[in-house]
Amino acid sequence: MSMKSMTRQVNGITIVDLSGRITLGEGSVLLRDMVRDLVTKGQRKILLNLGDVTYIDSSGIGELVSAFTTVRNQGGELKLLNLTKKVHDMLQITKLYTVFDVKDDEAAAVAAFK
Amino acid sequence: MTAKRVSYTLDSSLQSVNTAEETAQLLAAKAGFDEDNCLRISMAVREAAVNAVLHGNAYDPNKKMTVAFENTGRALVITITDEGRGLDVSKVPDPTTPENLLKQSGRGIFLMRSFMDEVRIRLLAPGTEITMVKNVSGPAEHHKEASK
Repeated sequence: MSMKSMTRQVNGITIVDLSGRITLGEGSVLLRDMVRDLVTKGQRKILLNLGDVTYIDSSGIGELVSAFTTVRNQGGELKLLNLTKKVHDMLQITKLYTVFDVKDDEAAAVAAFK
Repeated sequence: MTAKRVSYTLDSSLQSVNTAEETAQLLAAKAGFDEDNCLRISMAVREAAVNAVLHGNAYDPNKKMTVAFENTGRALVITITDEGRGLDVSKVPDPTTPENLLKQSGRGIFLMRSFMDEVRIRLLAPGTEITMVKNVSGPAEHHKEASK
């Protein structure tokens, strides 16, 4: 299943619900374009909901890192929500788990933005 | 158990990466690995295949990737070969050090090593050969057996 994304606004926070596979090619390109588009439109507080992400490879991890630095370099914040075990394990192995602000409750995640 | 070996020659495309990953998943399950290890094996194969197709062959339609699976009975041995410029593994930095942590790429070989029991990288002329081993009973059991 290729990656899909839906964007919604909650209390000024842009929540992006991602599903499917974030892998080299379609998934990683879609994520990159979507984050760049949001930043271009002035969105600086982004919450990526990964609850329905079934698979991620090193390219997908790279895109998460790139999204994080892109938003941060614009003075914004990007957080992750609802990691599946597969994504959680990948972030642990690559030592990125502590780099990202990871939440498992949407309301708490929204409230955590400055 | 008698060793069984199958080999595929594939185009340098993303479709080939997916084919290699799916084949690894199937053959790992057939070799008796549990669900978690099947996933680790298929992820390692995906990373090696991406390396071959993207960094090795650079999507060149004239260059092929070869993926071979051998079930020795004690281990699944997977060899992925490309026809690219060759990968100098000594120049691949550790992606987990603070200065590399936020780099977008460079995690493929690290992940292969994390998921498999053994990873060997050999320069060919031209190309690179990556051999990955997953022991059926895990590395500790395998070494115990080997030292008997």
